[in-house]
Amino acid sequence: MSASNPTISKKPNWFIQFFTSTIGRKLLVALTGLFLILFLAVHLIGNLQMILFDDGGKAFNEYAYFMGHNELIQIISVGNFFFIILHIIVSVVLTIYNRTARPTKYAYSKPSANSSFSSRNMIWLGSIVMIFLVLHLVNFWAKSKFGTVEQVTYDGKTMHNLYALVVFEFENPVIVGIYVVSMIGLSYHLLHGFQSVFQTLGINHVKYTPFIKTLGLIYSILVPLGFALIPILMYIKSLS
Amino acid sequence: MKLTLKVWRQSKPDKVENGKLISGGGKMETYQVSDVSKDMSFLEMLDVLNEDLLRSGKEPIVFDHDCREGICGMCSMYINGQPHGPQQGTTTCQLHMRSFKDGDTIYIEPWRAKAFPVIKDLMVDRSAFDRIMQAGGYVSVNTGVTVDANEIPIAKSTADKAFDAATCIGCGACVAACKNASAMLFVSAKVSQLSMLPQGKTERKTRVENMVAQMDAEGFGACTNTGACSAECPKGISMEYIARMNREYYGAKLTSNNV
Amino acid sequence: MKLESKIPDGPLAEKWERHKFNIKLVNPANKRKYDVIVVGTGLAGASAAASLAELGYNVKSFCFQDSPRRAHSIAAQGGINAAKNYQNDGDSVFRLFYDTVKGGDYRSREANVHRLAQVSVNIIDQCVAQGVPFAREYGGLLDNRSFGGAQVSRTFYARGQTGQQLLLGAYSALSRQVANGKVKLYPRTEMLDLVTIDGKARGIITRNLVTGQIESHSAHAVLLCTGGYGNVFFLSTNAMGSNVTAAWRAHKKGAHFANPCYVQIHPTCIPVSGDYQSKLTLMSESLRNDGRVWVPKKIEDAEKIRKGEMKPESIKEEDRDYYLERKYPSFGNLVPRDVASRNAKYVCDEGRGVAPTGLAVFLDFRDAIKRDGEDLIRAKYGNLFQMYEKITDDNPYETPMKIYPAIHYTMGGLWVDYNLMTSVPGLYALGEANFSDHGANRLGASALMQGLADGYFVVPYTIGDYIATLPTDKVPTDHPAFKEAEANVKANIDKLLSINGDKTVDDFHKELGKIMWDYCGMSRNAEGLKIAKEKVQKLRKEFWSNVKVLGGSEELNITLEKACRVSDFIELGELMIDDALMREESCGGHFREEYQTDEGEAKRDDDNFSFVAAWKYVGEEAQEELIKEDLIFENVKLTQRSYK
Repeated sequence: MSASNPTISKKPNWFIQFFTSTIGRKLLVALTGLFLILFLAVHLIGNLQMILFDDGGKAFNEYAYFMGHNELIQIISVGNFFFIILHIIVSVVLTIYNRTARPTKYAYSKPSANSSFSSRNMIWLGSIVMIFLVLHLVNFWAKSKFGTVEQVTYDGKTMHNLYALVVFEFENPVIVGIYVVSMIGLSYHLLHGFQSVFQTLGINHVKYTPFIKTLGLIYSILVPLGFALIPILMYIKSLS
Repeated sequence: MKLTLKVWRQSKPDKVENGKLISGGGKMETYQVSDVSKDMSFLEMLDVLNEDLLRSGKEPIVFDHDCREGICGMCSMYINGQPHGPQQGTTTCQLHMRSFKDGDTIYIEPWRAKAFPVIKDLMVDRSAFDRIMQAGGYVSVNTGVTVDANEIPIAKSTADKAFDAATCIGCGACVAACKNASAMLFVSAKVSQLSMLPQGKTERKTRVENMVAQMDAEGFGACTNTGACSAECPKGISMEYIARMNREYYGAKLTSNNV
Repeated sequence: MKLESKIPDGPLAEKWERHKFNIKLVNPANKRKYDVIVVGTGLAGASAAASLAELGYNVKSFCFQDSPRRAHSIAAQGGINAAKNYQNDGDSVFRLFYDTVKGGDYRSREANVHRLAQVSVNIIDQCVAQGVPFAREYGGLLDNRSFGGAQVSRTFYARGQTGQQLLLGAYSALSRQVANGKVKLYPRTEMLDLVTIDGKARGIITRNLVTGQIESHSAHAVLLCTGGYGNVFFLSTNAMGSNVTAAWRAHKKGAHFANPCYVQIHPTCIPVSGDYQSKLTLMSESLRNDGRVWVPKKIEDAEKIRKGEMKPESIKEEDRDYYLERKYPSFGNLVPRDVASRNAKYVCDEGRGVAPTGLAVFLDFRDAIKRDGEDLIRAKYGNLFQMYEKITDDNPYETPMKIYPAIHYTMGGLWVDYNLMTSVPGLYALGEANFSDHGANRLGASALMQGLADGYFVVPYTIGDYIATLPTDKVPTDHPAFKEAEANVKANIDKLLSINGDKTVDDFHKELGKIMWDYCGMSRNAEGLKIAKEKVQKLRKEFWSNVKVLGGSEELNITLEKACRVSDFIELGELMIDDALMREESCGGHFREEYQTDEGEAKRDDDNFSFVAAWKYVGEEAQEELIKEDLIFENVKLTQRSYK
């Protein structure tokens, strides 16, 4: 036989074994992914205040102030960054590992016959989201944390006028365009990612899977659509 | 009908050294075949080509095949970008030429995976599957020490579900189809069959731990839930079994005594 | 020379128990000092290898496929018989024994068959314990069905994939022993010779099919579990790789070949569609429960159908000949396999066949669909109809199926005694490779039973009786006997490679198949058999002077593999013809046209032919010597079959 017989080398600790196995690594991607899915919903609910209320940004600014100063939220926020980074690192490592599992490529392959576009391109869709995330953090998060943002006072309480910053950024059609394209990327990422999380967690059942798949579809359309509407509507508003 | 075939020809076998696959080289060669009847099976079409090659003093194309009725799992070709060709739910030997049109060009390649080194032309080494089975794909029972068959009642629904998993023919189309060359569908089918049946329950934790460890050691990729495996599986084995194996694996890793 | 069948004394039902007590045992601590070679990994081979390894022997397991799981046992569809009497319908060990002896047309050994029926119950227990998913009833207990016209429901099944599930069970037991280090696997390796030292089997010579290396393997005993020789007919339901080489080369080293002319023909196969046809596909016999077999009454109608000028549906009721129902009013379409097959041949010989080749009859579900509705028929036969449509592109719900008989199973094989040992001490033959249990005709769902019985429950006991007599010393593979055998194998290969003729191996194989099918197939006669013998002898000469085998010996060479196998098939073909010519009676799968009743049924001659014909190889191109083992029937009464 041409193949040498691979044997399992001396086993490391069970915990390390678990999280370095193909299934264990997938679990990491799924769990972090699930957290990020929940994060998106919370984030969207907060941001929608910018277009839902015509109050010059008061509700949004107060919400942002609360999020920036509540200690529990701060801890979760650190966790959020950690999970984003973990999600990216494990996914990249796993993708490279998976590439090595097929060193010689097919001369002619027709994967569209058996799998969806989004399921095969998670790493690229994720990359779009990652690049967007960097821009997004530079635009807003970094400015509010480290830069100078104009202040506003409501009922005697002074805080950053982040709403004004958002209005300013979304007057630029290039930035609006980038946001919209990125949200399309996020939508496709979620389209596979949402249901994939449950499959990896071992939840695939004749009773629940159809529901999960439908929910995933609705979620992957509505959430990115909601996010995309914010820059679009604010840009339109800026034109008037 | 007339067809153009583009076939992978490789004379030297691939080698695996230090976990890396060293290709034996090879290239796509073009052949013209004529007088192909639509009632021929795909393999019979290749038989006819091989006889022609032989008569003209050329080496025939090597491919694995045996039962030619879709059950032994030996035939293994990546035809026009899909394992076992364009028809789903069939093996290559069950594919008939009526699935193609006159003048078509057909690409024929071997399964491609680090864990399936090419031996020659379209023939690959799938012994990795055997080693995964040896790692735990059995119930530890010696011949002759058993109780009466009907002393273990098994609900029909459970037996049927276990059977659906047991229909796996071990052809490797799941690995060939998967963009990650993952063997999860194959491994999960056996893990699921035995973990669902009472006979297999006693060893279920160790079994899933060992079979997954062997699967990883062989160099198969991880599952990214694309579903290509299940779509191309000639026996239509469901992704549900991969989810079940995941559950089995988490449970085993968290609660077994294997440190 | 007389053959010692070693059938134990005593009443039939006690023979096996007594024998197990009387035979020698090997001390558990000593078993690990003995090596056993098992060739083939089908039901018999995998179960034997696993069971022997569990006992402690060191086992080497060989198969030509890429994995043990691919052996052709996997393709068996119907089921496995066992005398469990779970259905409370009057089944018993004795009834299974009786049915098997009668079904074999009284040409098998009573004692062997009775043992088979006895251990059949253990097989089911064993397989269930391994996790084989047999069909179950809603209460969770095992389901049974009636099969092949049996009067009781004793067939256990796993959808239409019983062979696959049983083989995977045996394969899993084998895999476990590989993991335990007790079995070493040699896949993609073909046995090319048997090595005997002082008349005892001490090893084999193999060719590694990937590298082409000729290798020697030494052991204390050799088990051949290499299946049947149906591929001598080129077209059969066997797998492409199924071959007789291991058994035949052992035959040439002293193992007698018994009843080679007994072959079983299955009536419901998908007909040949063209010259390119490489194998035939069987469809379950159960189709005959509801389908009606017919051909047109008029030759003109048949001709029109063959040319595609007429559709079968348009033939009027009065112009159809339901020939089985006409000739056998009480059994109708459910006559046994051989009768159904032969009658299909007769109507096609009359020019009333219906496929473009003229070799097919209709199996029509029109009336069944009218009676029961399409849904019920779909529920019963859906998967078979689908398979048929996949292959033929015809929809059996709308137009009748076309079927034709095909070679399916070979009852003949290496002669073995009660211990399954051949005439070479230390060489055993199990499963389809031996001749022992099915007589002249095998019952449906009995092949799986025999393979597993031999491997799980017979040979693990009986091999001890022989091994206990041997010293533990191993023969090194540089022993002159190994070297000589290796040299012979290499010389044979070199000869094949040096001919460089004009005709391909397949050309010869197809020609051989045609001779065998025409003259030594469904029905035979002395005149035809004599012609066939001449033709095969001529073919053999031509093969060795005009075959074209390309490439070298020390490489993967599929043409060379085939050439080795076909050269053995040609020699076997001649012996089959000799055997068929010698047996001047009709019995089971062997139908001699000269010996039939007034009603056209097989006519046995129990006075003169109630014996096993074991053929002894006496040398290259010499007429083999016939040795008779008389069959003694003490427990069953010999009767003539009638299906009127």
